[in-house]
Amino acid sequence: MPMPVDLPAPRPIRFFHQGAIREITDASPTRSVLDWLREDARCTGTKEGCNEGDCGACTVIVAELAGRAEATGTDSARAAVVGPLLLRTVNACLRFLPTLDGKALLTVEDLSPPGAGTLHPVQQALVDHHGSQCGFCTPGFVMSLTATYEHRQAQAGGRCPPRAELADALAGNLCRCTGYRPILEAGERMFELPVQRLDTAPIAAALHMLSGDPALHYAPAGHPTTFHAPRSVQALATLHAAAPDAQLMAGSTDIGLWVNKQFRRFDTLIATGEVAELQRIECVGHDDGSHTLRLGAAASLEDAWSALAARLPSLNDVWRRFASPPVRHAGTLGGNIANGSPIGDGAPVLMALDATVLLQHGERQRRVPLDRFYLGYMKNERQPGEFLRTLEVPLPAPDSASRRTLVRAWKVSKRHDSDISALLGAVLLVLDTTDPVAPVVAEVRISFGGMAATVCRAPQAEAALRGRSWDEAGVRRAMAALHADYQPMSDLRASARYRQRVAANLLWRLWLESRPDGALPAEQLIVWHGEAGRQVVTAD
Amino acid sequence: MNQPVDAFLATPPQTATATTTVGASPPHESARLHVAGRAPYIDDLPELAGTLHGAFGLSPVPHGRLRAIDLARLRAQPGVVAVLTAADVPGENNCGPLVHDDPIFAADALTYRGQPVFLVVAQTREQARRAASMAAAVLDIEALPARMTALEGHAAGDHVVPPMHLARGDAAAALAAAPHRLQGRFSLGGQEQFYLEGQIACALPQENDALLVHSSTQHPSEMQQLIAHALGWPSHRVQVVCRRMGGAFGGKESQSAVFACAAALAAQRLQRPVKLRPDRDDDFLITGRRHGFEFRYDVGFDDHGRVLGVEIDMISNSGHSADLSAPVMSRALCHFDNAYWLPDVAMHGYSARTNTQSNTAFRGFGGPQGAMAIEVILDRIARTLGRDALAVRQANFYGVGERDVTPYEQRVEDNVIHPLVEQLAREGRYAERRAEIAAYNAASPVLKKGLALTPVKFGISFNVAHLNQAGALVHVYTDGSVLVNHGGTEMGQGLNTKVAQVVAQELGLPLAQVRVTATDTQKVANTSATAASTGSDLNGKAAQNAARQIRDRLATLAAEKLGGAASEVDFSAGRVRSGERSIGFGELVQLAYLARVQLWSDGYYATPGLHWDRQRLKGRPFFYYAYGGALSEVLLDTLTGEWKLLRADVLHDVGRSLNPALDIGQVEGAFVQGMGWLTMEELVWQPADGSRRSGELLTHAPSTYKIPTANDCPASLSVRLFDNHNGADSIHRSKAVGEPPLLLPFSVFFALKDAVSAAGGHRSEPPLRAPATSEALLDAIDAVRAAP
Repeated sequence: MPMPVDLPAPRPIRFFHQGAIREITDASPTRSVLDWLREDARCTGTKEGCNEGDCGACTVIVAELAGRAEATGTDSARAAVVGPLLLRTVNACLRFLPTLDGKALLTVEDLSPPGAGTLHPVQQALVDHHGSQCGFCTPGFVMSLTATYEHRQAQAGGRCPPRAELADALAGNLCRCTGYRPILEAGERMFELPVQRLDTAPIAAALHMLSGDPALHYAPAGHPTTFHAPRSVQALATLHAAAPDAQLMAGSTDIGLWVNKQFRRFDTLIATGEVAELQRIECVGHDDGSHTLRLGAAASLEDAWSALAARLPSLNDVWRRFASPPVRHAGTLGGNIANGSPIGDGAPVLMALDATVLLQHGERQRRVPLDRFYLGYMKNERQPGEFLRTLEVPLPAPDSASRRTLVRAWKVSKRHDSDISALLGAVLLVLDTTDPVAPVVAEVRISFGGMAATVCRAPQAEAALRGRSWDEAGVRRAMAALHADYQPMSDLRASARYRQRVAANLLWRLWLESRPDGALPAEQLIVWHGEAGRQVVTAD
Repeated sequence: MNQPVDAFLATPPQTATATTTVGASPPHESARLHVAGRAPYIDDLPELAGTLHGAFGLSPVPHGRLRAIDLARLRAQPGVVAVLTAADVPGENNCGPLVHDDPIFAADALTYRGQPVFLVVAQTREQARRAASMAAAVLDIEALPARMTALEGHAAGDHVVPPMHLARGDAAAALAAAPHRLQGRFSLGGQEQFYLEGQIACALPQENDALLVHSSTQHPSEMQQLIAHALGWPSHRVQVVCRRMGGAFGGKESQSAVFACAAALAAQRLQRPVKLRPDRDDDFLITGRRHGFEFRYDVGFDDHGRVLGVEIDMISNSGHSADLSAPVMSRALCHFDNAYWLPDVAMHGYSARTNTQSNTAFRGFGGPQGAMAIEVILDRIARTLGRDALAVRQANFYGVGERDVTPYEQRVEDNVIHPLVEQLAREGRYAERRAEIAAYNAASPVLKKGLALTPVKFGISFNVAHLNQAGALVHVYTDGSVLVNHGGTEMGQGLNTKVAQVVAQELGLPLAQVRVTATDTQKVANTSATAASTGSDLNGKAAQNAARQIRDRLATLAAEKLGGAASEVDFSAGRVRSGERSIGFGELVQLAYLARVQLWSDGYYATPGLHWDRQRLKGRPFFYYAYGGALSEVLLDTLTGEWKLLRADVLHDVGRSLNPALDIGQVEGAFVQGMGWLTMEELVWQPADGSRRSGELLTHAPSTYKIPTANDCPASLSVRLFDNHNGADSIHRSKAVGEPPLLLPFSVFFALKDAVSAAGGHRSEPPLRAPATSEALLDAIDAVRAAP
């Protein structure tokens, strides 16, 4: 497609792999890192189990220079820093080769080169504790555990994390043989073996050198797709305005499926992942003392949720259960919102928080409240050539003697970890507690995913509560009103009836934990409360 | 640039502790390869130049008549080299293991959605998949009405094999005379194997009209036979090799065949290597899984909850063809008793035909389904009588020396269920925790706890006597190193490790001196599937037999050289001793070679004493029984049906363990796998409604079909091996361990049911189906709360 803009000249993809800089000139722009590893580089340690990012057999580590990633300023990014590098696991099957440009790829082959005679502590611990049976998932577990190992060596003095944290780190790795106990044990015991750290210096040196390359414009001969990875918002805006039909791509956790499973093709792919400004996360104060969290649209799910949960700890549970770590490292909150799946977990939470979407087309920007962004099933306000720039989330004011805010989000799914929600409910409830024994609902925003063709609010349930006293009768009215607000579908995840009942029961759960008289503590309401490393917030 | 660097520094070498002794716990023979990513699976083998890739075109309807295929359009797609259909099968177009009702390519009748109709062979895998994905557009089909559920098939009298009946005594009279009587139904879902390595076959043409086929299969000999039949060849022209599988769980016993046969047909036709590796979604859509069952029962019992008479219908969803549904049903019937004496019993097994994937073997092979039915019945009896469920279970246990004959007339001679369950209940503080939980529940309005202890008795051997045979080949080379080959396959269970331990023990060598190689139909012929938990029992004995022959010859020589009697020669720690004198094993082998003593041997084993009357379903199908028990405690949210396994204690009988670490691994893995089956793993098909997705398996990938993850493993999971030995003369008095522990997580299901029951004040029977998803649990909670 002709581009009436100044483009950098096409060039090869360049990334660091197995001690050398690889130059890719002829692979399809939608070639997965997994296929490249297995078929082109003949590194077959990384396995394909599902080709859709759900089994983790293809888990690899992508390393970037830490400086840029630290710009997100989140605890999650800081926790992933190892020396000069930021290391994160991703699913090689969902990652397109051009997105490795300027980065380093670490696979199981890097841990114990042939002939070394010894195994990395992660590997040795898995052998010692019988953590492999059929062995097919094992390289993926090795890479997830290696990321944990390096992060803990760098950030926690090599101390073993709590078991629940280890299990969370492995939420994207399926094993069908062991039942996981020996893998978790290996994850604990690997810290007891002689320390072996990643030699980050040569990787960092290579990445510094690669950082001098111009923005990637990759247009290999014989392939229909052109790939652009602009680095500034302006370049992105210009490119996309000139090519409004181009496919924008963030973490490709969805687009990867379109390619792997549906064989879809694109003329032009514009990746947002290299636009530094779109990674930025900042908290902006206003004159009235309020704050807005501004989340760059290309901030990873991991970092964006980290920023949200740092300010609203009650969102920790959804963060932990939102997809798997490798998917959260690749996927973005902007992509999750723009994709607009009716069962996406980001939108209900942000909608309850009254978030606004900042859209940009060329130089033109406009703001759309998230609760007016979705127009219908997989349809939204975004126009051709327009892109999500920022998600603006107003932060609730701190509690005072006369005002208390509760933010809650509940994910209900067949499996605890890494499952698509049957429903996800989010509530912002502001109580006027001037009379502490008879609080009044000053404001309420209720939003659900999985209950309609789009994520949407529950206006009738909200109306049943707003401005009225926070009491059992009001909650019962709101529960009944939810049936008028939503007519969910039955599908493979849940029946309409179950969704209706649980949505209403979640409001009841909110009442039980917040009622002025006899509120129940978390350990009486949430089954996984109280495990080591688990903080499920209820009563604030 | 291009300066290689070692990305990770090396640590000083560590000494691995290996031992020769059976009963020790050396790691899996491939563990170091697994963790290094250097254990090759079939897709990792270097591709020969000219290798082509296959992809199946699948039926887009659950039932229909195939009128035509637009082959020209398929052949015109980029990279396509050939398209094969039923017309291209020179021999028999069948890959069914027992009944010949399972075509490799559907010819005229399309009998399930996802059925292979044609194979595209192309230059690249992506090209093959892309062309094959056009199936709906190139197939001209007359759609027909379809049946998706077992009850529909059964109601229509449509069964893939004739109904089976297993009875003892007069159940009807016992029911009529019993002081208490209950009737009920129970619905039990199926389960996807979800082996991490998907199905795969790679076929390579060999000289003089022969084929080498790498197949990820539990049954190389059957793959060999089916490929030969499809090609119209004698078996000796087909070699099937399998070094390891990335998991199988029964899913690669018979259903590896369609991939092996199609790859072989294409390779022979095109005279080029052909690899066939379906995408995970296609794997789900093409192959079958654990049979879902529907039960209808009528039980009579006394005031103590002892069963006096019981009659049960078992209706399995067999799918579109017979596959292994008949033996699965006979094992279900033979495990309805689980650990219980059922004096008068009548069982009826119906393998209903449906327009779905053909259901097949999965760890337990019908045993878990049959045993689950009696546990549901006993649980209900206990609740009905207001008695403790464990006490009712114990009251029904098989006796020792009395009340000890199974409905199929085998005497239970090795019963340890009484002491095993008593130990588990005592050490797991069953009675105290039951009281604690009652107190907790009384004070907890939203969350409820539940507790259950369930027993296992599982029969070991193939239900069909002739399958219980195995062969092995042991080579001792002149340097004293040993190579072992046997007919079993390695799917992660550690079979090769155990067989190597057996051979090392026999020859008195360090384990490192024994190497086990790929299963190969050119080495050991006419093998049985590695299935029915018999891998170590059969192949361990066969390898021991081979090693013992070599050892006997070496002992004779040693006695000649060192003095003493051959029968007194001792092989241990790499040395051979006779009286006061000894010689290194390697030196003795050198002497033996020079003395022209045969240093290799075959070995053979057939399990003794088995017989089975397939018509009457009577006999002695099992060599022995394995036992176990599990105690599980759950916490249930009565608002959402979300739950958590708080703690599980397992005591399991593996006889005298060959390798305790591997055995515990099997028990733990089976526990979590079985828990997944009974709780979160739900299969959902679109009804045959004529819609675009009519009859489609909607849970066709890990995105939609959820197996347990690390967080589902309870923080407290304690697995111990019961102190026992095998009364039968099994390999070193060990017991099989693959399948029996799959029944242990029954305790999770019944603990959940107990928690649901608590939500209703234990006033009524929770109508809980399996899998007990959060939705199923909330349904049951609503029902017990609404009960009068």
